Amino acid sequence: MSDPTPNSARPRTIVEKIWDDHVVAPGTDGAPDVLGVDLHLVHEVTSPQAFDGLRERGLRVRRPGQTVATADHSIPTTDRSLPIADEIAATQVKRLEDNCREFGVPLHGIGSPHQGIVHVIGPELGLTQPGMTIVCGDSHTATHGAFGALAFGIGTTEVEHVLATQTLLQRRPKTFEVRVDGALHPGVTAKDIILSLLSRIGVGGGTGHVFEYRGSAIRGLGMEGRMTICNMSIEGGARAGLIAPDETTFEYVHGRPHAPQGEAWDAAVEAWRRLPTDEGATFDRSIAFDAGELTPMVTYGTNPGMGFPITDRIPDPASLADANQRSSLQHALDYMALTPGEPILGKPIDVVFVGSCTNSRISDLREAARMLRGRRVADGVRMMVVPGSTEVKRQAESEGLSSIFTDAGAEWREAGCSMCIAMNGDQLSPGQYSVSTSNRNFEGRQGKGGRTFLASPLTAVASAVTGRLSDPRALL
Amino acid sequence: MSTAVREPFREVTSAVVPLPRNDIDTDQIIPARFLKTINRAGLGEQLFHDWRYLADGSPNPEFVINRPEMAGRSVLVVGDNFGCGSSREHAPWALAAWGIRAVISSSFADIFRNNALKNGLLPIAVSPEELERIVAIVRDDPDAEITVDLEAQEVRLPDGGSIGFTVDSFARRMILDGTDELGYLLAQEPALEAYERAHPPRVSTLAAE
Repeated sequence: MSDPTPNSARPRTIVEKIWDDHVVAPGTDGAPDVLGVDLHLVHEVTSPQAFDGLRERGLRVRRPGQTVATADHSIPTTDRSLPIADEIAATQVKRLEDNCREFGVPLHGIGSPHQGIVHVIGPELGLTQPGMTIVCGDSHTATHGAFGALAFGIGTTEVEHVLATQTLLQRRPKTFEVRVDGALHPGVTAKDIILSLLSRIGVGGGTGHVFEYRGSAIRGLGMEGRMTICNMSIEGGARAGLIAPDETTFEYVHGRPHAPQGEAWDAAVEAWRRLPTDEGATFDRSIAFDAGELTPMVTYGTNPGMGFPITDRIPDPASLADANQRSSLQHALDYMALTPGEPILGKPIDVVFVGSCTNSRISDLREAARMLRGRRVADGVRMMVVPGSTEVKRQAESEGLSSIFTDAGAEWREAGCSMCIAMNGDQLSPGQYSVSTSNRNFEGRQGKGGRTFLASPLTAVASAVTGRLSDPRALL
Repeated sequence: MSTAVREPFREVTSAVVPLPRNDIDTDQIIPARFLKTINRAGLGEQLFHDWRYLADGSPNPEFVINRPEMAGRSVLVVGDNFGCGSSREHAPWALAAWGIRAVISSSFADIFRNNALKNGLLPIAVSPEELERIVAIVRDDPDAEITVDLEAQEVRLPDGGSIGFTVDSFARRMILDGTDELGYLLAQEPALEAYERAHPPRVSTLAAE
C-alpha cells in the first residue's frame, strides 16, 4: 500500500487522502480524474447490461480478483431449495451466474454460505477495508464508508467501465462535515442519528458532497451502527459518507477471511492510522448537533428527509411559506393519508419489516430480539425479519435469536433485500402501513400504494408488539 | 480519441412536458419491480408507471404524459432535486426510451446526472427563478416550444429570451461528438499499467475464504 501522507504540509481530509492515493491519471484538458477502484461489488440487477457491453466490445474483466458478485435484490427470501417462481427474476439470476462464469468473477450466489446483501457481505468477509475505493451499481454503497473507505454507487455504464478498466472518470467531490457529539439516550440508536441528520438537511442537502461523520457520538458507535449511518448518506444526496478508521474499525476487520494477516496486518494498520482527517483541514460545509438531544425518529412523508421525533405531530402544509415545499408536503400527506396536527404515535400499522442493508446485521437482530423476547407480535400485524446475509442468519440461529422472532409470531426469512425494494414479491398491499428499518419511504417503494414509516429496529419491534407506531423507550 | 457510439447531439427544439414537482425519485421514474429486465431497451412503457397507470392498468388521464398532445415532446421540466434515490440507470433509459432528450430542473441528484449524461440525456440545471420562469411560460402557453442548445449551453425561450446553463465540459464534448467515456479510459492503458505496478491489489476476491 502506498503512503497516504504526502510530502506537502497542507492538512487534508480523509476524503482528499484517499482520492490522492487513487489517481491513475489526473484530469487534463477539462477531463475528470481517472480514479482507481480497489473493490467492485456486483449484483444481479445493475450488471447484465454492463456484461453485454463487454461482449459487444470484445473486452474482458480486467481485475476479477478485485471484483465479487452476489445475488440479493430480486431473489426470494423463502425456501431456497425451490426454483425461483418469478421467471423474469430467475432469468436475471441465471444471467448473473452465466456472466460470472464467463468472465471469471467470483460469485456468492444462492446456496453459498457467503450469499447476502452486497453491503453486508463485503464487511463480513473482510473485503471492505480502510482507505479503499469501493464501488457498486447500488446507491447504498456508501455503507462501506463506515470503515474509512471512499465508497459510492454508480450506474450500469460505470459498472461496465470498472469491469473493463478497474477505473472511473470522476470529479473530486466537495466535503461536508457532520459532527455529532454527546451520548445517545437508551432507546435512541444510530438510525435515529441519521434520520435526524436527514430531517435537518433534507433529501438533497448533501448533493455534490461526501459526508464525513465525526464527533464523540460517532466514535462511540460500533461498526454496525456506523454502517447504518453511512448507508443512508445517499438519502441526503451525498454519494458517499465515511468515518475515519479507529481501534473499533481495526478490531472489527481483524481476523476476517480477507483481512491482512501477520506482518501485512501490522503494516496495514500503520497505514490506516494515517488516514484520519488532519488537524486544520477544512470542509466545504459543516453541520453539528448533539446526540443527547435526540429521541427516536420516524418518517411521516414520502422521502427520508421527511422525518421528525416520534413524539411530534404531523406538520401542516399551510405553515410553509414556499409554494413548492407546501405542495410537496401536501402531496406526501395525501399519499400517506395523514392529517396535519395529528400525533403520529398510536397510528395503526399492518406490517413490520426488520431488514435491509441499513439494519439487518447481527447487532440489529440482537437489539430487536432483546426487545421482543417474552412479547408477541400484535394480532393483525405481519412482522418479517430478513437477515442481511446467510452468515448473519446462521449466527442469529446459533444465538437463539430466530426462535425469539418465530416464538413471537414473526416470520424468519432467508437473506436478501426483500421488502426494502419489493422486487421479489415481498411487498405491501395498496394502502397498508409498514414500520420499516430500511432506507427509503418513497411512494410505492415497498409495493405499489404501500405506505412506509422508516424507523430503528427498536421502534419497529415496539410497534409490532403494540400494533401501533410506538415509542420504544416505553418498552425498554 | 474514441469512435462515435451514438448520434452526435447539438440541440433540441420541442414543446415541454411539465411535471413541476420537487424530489421526484427514481422509484417514481421507474419502479423497482421493472428492474428485473436484463436489457436496456423497452423501458418507455414503464416510465412513471405508478403515476401513469390506474390500479386496473389503464392510463391515468390526469397524469401529464398521458395527455395526447404530450406524445413526441422531448423536453421534460421538473421540480428541484430530480432523480434522487437509487443508482438505477434504468431511470434515464426509461426517459430516453419514451423520447425525452433533455430534463430541466433547478438541481439533479448526482448519480442520476451522471447516468443521464452517459446516455446522451441532458440534465439542465437552472436557477430556481429561471425554472419558475420556464414553468410560467408553459403555464401561459402549454404548446410553447423551447430550444435546448448544448453547443451554446443555453435554453432559448419563445419570448426571445435565453437562459445559460453549464454541462460538465467533458460530458458535453462526448455528447456533442457522440462518443463515450470507455474509449477514453481504454486509451489510458500506459497510466493504468504504471498505477497497477505501484498499487498492488489490497484484497483478492479469488483467494479462498
